[in-house]
Amino acid sequence: MTVYLKQLILLLATGLLTCTAAQAQTVPTIKFDQLQELRQAPHDTLYVVNFWATWCKPCIKEMPYFEAANAKYKDQPVRVILVSMDAVQDKEKRVLPFVQKRKLQSRLYLLDEPDGNTWIDRIEPKWSGAIPATMFFNNKRGQYEFIEREISEKELQELITKYKP
Amino acid sequence: MKNNRIPFLYMACLLVVGVLMAAVPASDNSGYQVGDTARDFKLKNVDGKMISMADYKDAKGFIVTFTCNTCPYSVAYEDRIINLHNKYAPKGYPVIAINPNDVKASPKDSYKHMQVRAKEKKFPFPYVYDETQEITKAYGATRTPHLYVVQKQKDGSFKVAYIGTIDDNSREPEKVQKKYAEAALDELVAGKAVSQPNTKAIGCTIKWREA
Repeated sequence: MTVYLKQLILLLATGLLTCTAAQAQTVPTIKFDQLQELRQAPHDTLYVVNFWATWCKPCIKEMPYFEAANAKYKDQPVRVILVSMDAVQDKEKRVLPFVQKRKLQSRLYLLDEPDGNTWIDRIEPKWSGAIPATMFFNNKRGQYEFIEREISEKELQELITKYKP
Repeated sequence: MKNNRIPFLYMACLLVVGVLMAAVPASDNSGYQVGDTARDFKLKNVDGKMISMADYKDAKGFIVTFTCNTCPYSVAYEDRIINLHNKYAPKGYPVIAINPNDVKASPKDSYKHMQVRAKEKKFPFPYVYDETQEITKAYGATRTPHLYVVQKQKDGSFKVAYIGTIDDNSREPEKVQKKYAEAALDELVAGKAVSQPNTKAIGCTIKWREA
C-alpha cells in the first residue's frame, strides 16, 4: 500500500517537475534512488543520459550536440537528460547561471551523491568515474550502451539513429 | 596426405587470428587490477631529475597518484595528497604524483605549469610527467585523481594493493567520513590484507594525445 502511495507521489512529483521545466528551466536535485528509477524507466523510449559538470571542459564541449539532439527529436520517443555531477552547494552559484547563460533546453538534474564509491558500480560497473560519460537505453527493447569519454556529434547522431524506436 | 592438410590450414588460421587479436589496441578495461605486478618507470620530476620507484631503497611501497594541474577534483585534493605523503612516507609509503595529461589537449598541464604548481603548493613529493602516456596506459588510469597503492615484494617487484580514490567527499574535506586510501594504507602498514582494495569516484577524464 505504502509502496503504491510512494510511487504515486513520485509520479506526481515527476509530472510537476516536467511541467515547470517547460516554463522555466529548473535543475531538480536528485539522489541515487531517483537516478536508478530513471535508469529503469520501462517505456519504449530511447533515453540518452549524459553525466557532466560545469567544471568539466570536455563535457561543455559536447553539450551542444546533446542540446541539438534534444531539439531535433522533441516530438519523438527520445529523451535527452543531462545529469550534473556538480556539488549541490554549487547549484545556485554555478549550475543555474550556467544553465541560464546557455539556455539549456534538455531535461536537467543534479545528482547529490558526493561519495561516488557508493553508487557508481550500482549504475554501471564498467564506469571508472571519469566524466563525460553517457548512457543510451531503451528498457522496453532491452537496449543499452555506455560510453565513458567525450562523444563526437557524428557518433551521438549515429547512436540515436541506431536505437531510436 | 590430403586429410592432414586441413588441420594444418586450420591451425595456421588460428595462429593468424591469434596474432591479429594480440595486435588489437588495449580495450577500456585494460590496465592493472589489484594483485597485479606494477611496472616501474623513469619519469622526469619538476626539478629535472628522473624518478623511478627503484631509487627508493627503503620504501615499502608507493602511493602512485595520477593527478594534474587543471582538474578541479585534483586541485581539491592537493592538500589531502600532501597530507597522505606526510603521514605515510615515514611509514614507508611515499607519494609519487604523475601528471598523465597531454599538453596539446590540456595546455595548462605542461611541464612548465607543473613546475609552477609544485612550487606554489610546495609539494613534498615528486611530481613527474608521463609525457608519452605509456605509464598511464600500463596502469590503466582513467581519471584524475586516480590512486594506485603498490607494495614492494621480496623480489623487488611492486604489487598493486589498492586502486581508487582518496576519500568520500572531494568538495568538502571537513565532511569526509570514509578515508578509503588511508584505511588501505593502515592495513598495509599493519601487515594486513586490504579489506576494500577498489573504490571509485567521479573525476576528470585523462586528456589523451590525439592519434
